[in-house]
Amino acid sequence: MSEILLEAKGLTKAFPAGRGRKVHAVTDVSLKVYKGETLGLVGESGCGKSTLGRMMIRLLAPDSGRLLLKGGDVTGMSDRDFLRHRRQLQLIFQDPYASLDPRLTVRELIAEPLRTWNVCRSRDEMTARVLELMEDVGVPGEFLYRYPHQFSGGQRQRIGIARALAADPELIVCDEPVSALDVPVQNQILNLLSGLQKARGLTYLFISHDLSVVRHISDRVCIMFLGMLCEIGETEEIFSSPLHPYTRFLMNAILLPDPHHRHEEDTLLSGEIPSAVNPPPGCRFHTRCPYATDRCRSEVPVMRDMGGRMAACHHPLGHGADLRSSEEARTS
Amino acid sequence: MGSNTLEIRQLNTSFLTQKGEVRAVMDVSLDVPEGKITGIVGESGCGKSVTAKSVMGLVKYPGKVMSGEILLDGRDIRDIPEKEKCALRGSEVSMIFQEPMTSLNPVIRIGKQVEEALLLHKDIPKEQARIRTVEMLESVGISDAGNRMRCYPHQLSGGLRQRVMIAMAMICRPKLLIADEPTTALDVTVEAQILRLMKKLCSGGTSILLISHNLGVIAQICDYVYVMYAGRIVECADTVTLFDHPAHPYTMGLLRAATSLRQDTEILETIPGVVPNLLHLPKGCSFAPRCGSCGDRCRGEMPLMYEAGEEGHMARCFMC
Repeated sequence: MSEILLEAKGLTKAFPAGRGRKVHAVTDVSLKVYKGETLGLVGESGCGKSTLGRMMIRLLAPDSGRLLLKGGDVTGMSDRDFLRHRRQLQLIFQDPYASLDPRLTVRELIAEPLRTWNVCRSRDEMTARVLELMEDVGVPGEFLYRYPHQFSGGQRQRIGIARALAADPELIVCDEPVSALDVPVQNQILNLLSGLQKARGLTYLFISHDLSVVRHISDRVCIMFLGMLCEIGETEEIFSSPLHPYTRFLMNAILLPDPHHRHEEDTLLSGEIPSAVNPPPGCRFHTRCPYATDRCRSEVPVMRDMGGRMAACHHPLGHGADLRSSEEARTS
Repeated sequence: MGSNTLEIRQLNTSFLTQKGEVRAVMDVSLDVPEGKITGIVGESGCGKSVTAKSVMGLVKYPGKVMSGEILLDGRDIRDIPEKEKCALRGSEVSMIFQEPMTSLNPVIRIGKQVEEALLLHKDIPKEQARIRTVEMLESVGISDAGNRMRCYPHQLSGGLRQRVMIAMAMICRPKLLIADEPTTALDVTVEAQILRLMKKLCSGGTSILLISHNLGVIAQICDYVYVMYAGRIVECADTVTLFDHPAHPYTMGLLRAATSLRQDTEILETIPGVVPNLLHLPKGCSFAPRCGSCGDRCRGEMPLMYEAGEEGHMARCFMC
């Protein structure tokens, strides 16, 4: 495989939750992002995927663990020293209504990062560069002096993408970039992101709760549950034969736009996500897992290599394992 | 065939803004048959929520229901006095909203919030109301309801809060439940649970009007579907027919966009162009500027709803 662009080693982050308690947002996560790939990061809300995404580009400092950019440790670097790397790592936000300053015009919005990185020498050059970026993301140049409220959600998201591109980055963390959009618009933005990746050789860390979207856009996927990784691997392998039971349940919960394939009761997950303030001991998924044994309740499963991909489970699903055999697992 | 719990006839709702009249809902007619789940699907801004709010009498200034009939069990409830509307809301018709976080009162225990509807509408002693509340909370899947009743909303997860909302809406056994994007704010695994619960309620005899932008949600639980675009209904059919044989180009576009994610295509299907501004609707068919099979007639004249194949399948398109 190609070179490793960004690597996380044992990243951990907990936030204070008052009265000495802590929210364990991310616990001991290690993963590699290869140059030119799209790595999907999937999980339900509160599982720590945004926190991890932010730590990966050093917008948040981890409590422990290390972050390596092209092999060099950037964890302990001062913000001033890190500034020269900052440009390579950019972010696209979820809410295109909240992430653009309503008082700035499109030109000012896109020119802001250009100014930060001293890309342009003159006003004219800057306007030309802004127009170029607008064309790249599909916003007509005549809208140069419009304000965000004059645009639809999809167009605002395009402006957000142009801002991220302005720095000419290598890696963009896309934090739920399409979840606020209607499906036809969502597809337009996904097409745009794929096109930009091809044209510029970008690397994406694509965070989403929507498995269908992640399946489409990602080369590799990692599944998160309550601050820990469950499974990492090639997209098609994960979707055709998931190893971690949680992955399988997430896939079953996809709502197919097809009335001939309606959910069957026994393939759905019961219960809700446990609290991240008091995560369950052992495997964090055991309270919802139909296969859980005593070992799962006491011992934290580590990420193991299982035929080319990694999963953290004491009892990984066999190929084609059927969830309906869960009854047997419980009784044995 | 059973009767219709709700019938909407030629409903028009507008927002009278400084820039002019925004016609959010235009000539909408729909039926919600007894004991069935009827869906409205469309993109944001197509008027689906305004339709629901018009039924509940919850359209706020500068919005106004301009004309039309809203028949609940055959009785027009559009122009009845506010006092009578209050008596209907919560007892005969209930609504659940998208945001379970903001629709509950944060400083009142959830048991009391659920009970309130019962004490207000039914003449029963407090003791009995409490028992009914516990039963109701249990039936929507809240375990340990006796103790959970004493919780405040912030102590519950999003999924549990939505269950509380459903319990509150259902406690007086309304004939009609209007659910406006009930699962949009929830996680996928919890979303599936809530949809299953709604299906259970429906088989218990409640008619449901479900509003969603998600074709997946619609396909999973609805019996009959209305598709809205730019304030109008553009197609209606039973769920299987709509997904198998869509007749309106907009419905086809939506379906293609939703299914292309699951196919092995590099470029995803989209609908070219953008949703029109309701202040400046194009002449003729609202979808004409984005439509691939649009003819001269479409640009000049608004099509009516025409039969499209099977019985009960209608589409607002000259081409079908």
